[in-house]
Amino acid sequence: MIHIDWILVIVAAWLVLGIWALFALHRTKFVARRLFPLGGLLGLALAGVALDALFSTAEVAQLLIGLPGLPMHLRLDALSAFFLVVIGAGVFGTSLFSAGYFRAGEGTAPGLLCLEYHVFLAAMAMVVLADDAYAFMVMWETMALSSFFLVTANHRVASVRQAAYLYLLLAHIGAVAILLCFGVMQANTGDYTFANLRAQQLSPMWLSIAFGFAVFGFGAKAGLVPVHVWLPEAHPAAPSPVSALLSAVMLKTAIYGLLRITFDLLHGGLWWWGAVLLALGLISALMGVVFSTVQTEMKRLLAYSSIENIGLIVAGLGLALIFRSYGMANLAALALTAAMVHVLAHAFFKSLLFLGTGAVLHATGERNLGKLGGLIRSMPWVAWLVFIGVLAGAGLPPLAGFVSEWLLLQSFLFTTALPNSFLDMLIPLVAAAVALCVALAGYAMVKFFGVIFLGQPREEKLLRAHDANVWQRLGLAWFAAGCLAMGLFPVPLIDAIDRVTNRLLGAGLAQAVHANGWVLLAPIGLERASYGPVVFLGGVGAGITLGLLIARRLYRGTLRRGEPWACGYAGGTARMQDTAEGFGQPIRQIFEPFFRITRDLPSPFDVRPHYRVLTQDRLWHGVYMPIARLVDWLARGVSWLQQGRISIYLMYSFLTLLIMLMLVRL
Amino acid sequence: MHAVLTQSINLYAAFLLIVSFAMISQRRILSLVHLYTSQGVALVLATVTVAYLTSQPHLFYSAGITLVLKVMLIPTMLHRVIDRLDVRWDVEPLINIPTTMLIGIVLVVFAFNLALPISQLSSSIARSTLGIALACVLLSFMMMIVRAKALPQVIGFLAMENGLFFAATSATNGMPMIVELGIALDVLVGALILGVFMFQIREQFDSLDIRHLERLKEE
Amino acid sequence: MNVTATGILAQSLEIALALAAAPLLLGWVDQWRARLQNRSAPPLTQPYRVLRKLFHKESVVADSASALFRLTPYVMFGCMTLACAIVPTISTDLPLATAADAIALVGLFALARTFIALAAMDIGTAFGTMGARREMLIGFLAEPALLMALFSTSLITHSTSLANMVDTLSHRATVLEPSLAFAGVAFTIVSLAENARVPVDNPATHLELTMIHEALVLEYSGRHLAMMEWAASLKLFAYSCIGLAMFFPWGIAEVDSPLAMLFAVPALVFKLAIGGVLLALIETASAKMRIFRVPEFLATAFLLAVIGLLVHQLLEA
Repeated sequence: MIHIDWILVIVAAWLVLGIWALFALHRTKFVARRLFPLGGLLGLALAGVALDALFSTAEVAQLLIGLPGLPMHLRLDALSAFFLVVIGAGVFGTSLFSAGYFRAGEGTAPGLLCLEYHVFLAAMAMVVLADDAYAFMVMWETMALSSFFLVTANHRVASVRQAAYLYLLLAHIGAVAILLCFGVMQANTGDYTFANLRAQQLSPMWLSIAFGFAVFGFGAKAGLVPVHVWLPEAHPAAPSPVSALLSAVMLKTAIYGLLRITFDLLHGGLWWWGAVLLALGLISALMGVVFSTVQTEMKRLLAYSSIENIGLIVAGLGLALIFRSYGMANLAALALTAAMVHVLAHAFFKSLLFLGTGAVLHATGERNLGKLGGLIRSMPWVAWLVFIGVLAGAGLPPLAGFVSEWLLLQSFLFTTALPNSFLDMLIPLVAAAVALCVALAGYAMVKFFGVIFLGQPREEKLLRAHDANVWQRLGLAWFAAGCLAMGLFPVPLIDAIDRVTNRLLGAGLAQAVHANGWVLLAPIGLERASYGPVVFLGGVGAGITLGLLIARRLYRGTLRRGEPWACGYAGGTARMQDTAEGFGQPIRQIFEPFFRITRDLPSPFDVRPHYRVLTQDRLWHGVYMPIARLVDWLARGVSWLQQGRISIYLMYSFLTLLIMLMLVRL
Repeated sequence: MHAVLTQSINLYAAFLLIVSFAMISQRRILSLVHLYTSQGVALVLATVTVAYLTSQPHLFYSAGITLVLKVMLIPTMLHRVIDRLDVRWDVEPLINIPTTMLIGIVLVVFAFNLALPISQLSSSIARSTLGIALACVLLSFMMMIVRAKALPQVIGFLAMENGLFFAATSATNGMPMIVELGIALDVLVGALILGVFMFQIREQFDSLDIRHLERLKEE
Repeated sequence: MNVTATGILAQSLEIALALAAAPLLLGWVDQWRARLQNRSAPPLTQPYRVLRKLFHKESVVADSASALFRLTPYVMFGCMTLACAIVPTISTDLPLATAADAIALVGLFALARTFIALAAMDIGTAFGTMGARREMLIGFLAEPALLMALFSTSLITHSTSLANMVDTLSHRATVLEPSLAFAGVAFTIVSLAENARVPVDNPATHLELTMIHEALVLEYSGRHLAMMEWAASLKLFAYSCIGLAMFFPWGIAEVDSPLAMLFAVPALVFKLAIGGVLLALIETASAKMRIFRVPEFLATAFLLAVIGLLVHQLLEA
């Protein structure tokens, strides 16, 4: 059987697993230890099949589900295969982790959760495979609905319900925009298959309108500013494995949609499309990272960090579009490769981080950064595996996050060849903004790891926290290994991505990269720039060994344990450490215009002084609340029609009848 | 030698731009005067270099006037005014300094873009520095807008004139002598009048904060 | 990556020179600071004595310290040694330099900064966490500024490989490059901030509320402290050599000319000596800034570096 058939079998198997779970609704152990690992293995199989499909030719299939005369067209080309790899790899680790995560009595029954989970996975895989707008929209909706149910797993908590409602609302607004985009693209031919959409020749105005709808619709799902407000609410509200899937995999389906439409289906991209994407991406990246540094709840911090990473990916896409519109295919491939590497790298390290927070939540029951601390001693497995994710998230060499940053900065250096002088001059500013975002991401990651795992425990019960069980460790280790492997061996990764860029742009980096072997990554030329992560790691390791040799062999110092020095201050408690608010305070002060800060300051006459500072998103109060009030006002205006008296309602029917009779006469 | 001198003009231009930015970020008024003096020195050197390279003797005279006026006379006057008014520091500017610098960068990009087509038309040896000169003018103008005290505004005005002078040198190899003398006289008289104004403001409001001037409007 | 015998020789010589001479540079700067402040100067070999004393002392580690705390001094040492190895100080024929270009160098410094900040948070005292916060505050502005300053040279030389940059810059006909002037000022400000020098941080302070770098190494003693101090002097050496390589690249030996290294070493010593005196001059003439003026200071460096890039586009592209 060809690859697409195997993938359909895997999707069907997931659905079977889900339905099986319905019959084991409350048998937590069975669902957790048997069904979820099976689902994970299926995910791994999906990744493997997709990886193989990446290097072969495109395949098509048709599913006769749905309305008669309207089958679902499916297509597996290089772009779809790459995103299937992302989905499969993310699912494997998360499902393994979930096997060890379940606790009884938390809202939704385990069997039902299993069903929703596997429907979600199946829908995501089908979205990526869809080859006509009908299949795409049906699967997109299924994905949104199933993820809504997953987010409301703890539906007894009111804030969770509110967050999920906001998520559903924005997901549907985005879906309407995507539908309109498809509508514009089919240009009155009535045939919604992607092959037909690809063949249409639209005027630049309609092209731009379609582009605008696509950016709005997929941006709402991906979490681009200004339609990002659902992300920091929904991702923390969901259970941690679901948060990991939402952040790491579902946001990438939105990126897939954006790629499919702007690079594949729409022809003749204008240069300002790329500039718009670049600008939106950078604003999202900057806002996301600045907000993540001031958060006091660990999952919200990671959610804002996801906004930042998606912003960087979209900025890379924008740059690729700019290059493509000027005909520089090789440079466009460089920028696109950077974005794709970041898609995969982010999937791995964000999953690792979210699952780490899941393990912490499972062990301590705390999600507030002000109540955690010192967990590296009681949870060493989780701490050290999450440490790898933290280093990757901060974009540090030689791990996965650095490769994409390196490629993106390289592509900025070559923009001085652009014919448009205005863009030429803006590019250094953009490169500076990217560098600033990456540096701030490092800040946020140090805050995350330092406040949760290092220092002294801020609560007594943290000393008794249990470490992750086997399943959780397996899930975390899979992602940590992925971060390391991608960081140390970027050349095979670029080989795989080359198939995608060739499909979309007709150019790729594989040739240039292969010319230098697997040790060094030199996408443009060896004399221009090169990076060898294995040698880098070897160099640092050699330095460490040298240091150890000098310190331990040449000199015979001893080691003694004692109390911390702390400048001789003897009465230090755990409360004297920096809090999460304190660690983010410099950023709050420097970037004050970004925030809406409300402070409750104590007065000198308070018997029990309180200090409270609330840092909120300006867009929420400036844009969303006025829109909500407007909708409310309109709704109240319409509700005036409901007078409540039967004679009025009868009069409505009578008036309608009169009007219809008059129209028929005309 | 010729090539090195031609490149040195670029270096003076860069120095002027650095000094313009430094003036935006300075709070101490004495440092502002020192920066203005150093701008004058850079201008003199640039004019002398252009004069030597293009063999135009009137530029030497122009450099001489600049030396006397902007490096010696006006800074001395400013020092005297500072001593008599006894001002040392500026209050926080109307928008904070990092934001001012960000706006400055946008202005620089704008000026560079504007200058590119114009500098193609010029035949001067230093034509690529027109963008920098324009940027200096815009930055000094912005400094006049965002400062809360009168003296930095005056220095901003003088720095703007510096930028214009450099623009003239770089685009057209210097202005005709008459125009040169006229502008120099204007600047001198303007500085004297502004000095008088500052004393009047101080008399009226006991402070040089220009926000007090808003009280003068009809209610 | 062609690894030749001369390459390995140059590389090992560079690493050995860095390890041996870094404390000497620190001693030179300290001596000149003392002289300029009208004090009697410590001997030039004082840092070596300090290192030796610390290595022989017992290392006291807090009860609550984790393995991260004990690992960090060695990680710092390893990172700084690699940094000194990839910056062309006496030769551009460096096999390791092909594995790490300018962006990776900035990433290397960021890696070291992350480890040291986390180690400071590990013990959980008030000073350690405050120092970590301040270090990240300085780092998040200094890192992009350094990257932009390196980008200026990359745009001129069309390469981000440091060895290539030095080669191209030392052979250029045009000598005066305005964008390099901007990048130079920005780089100097960043070096002052990253190496914990006045006006950003006082390396000789013992007042808890004024220290940044000292707060990070507060809990270390014995051989761990020796490693940290050595790593700090290696960092200063690396930054000085980066500055020399970008702005004064003459005298560095090229590929396949091992004998030129004999001239490169005295040239380096001469340039570093002048640089050390200048550093001491800057430190003596400036006062230490309030901590919240430091982001403004570094923002100035960042913006200057960006303007340097813009000036390059205007004047030289």
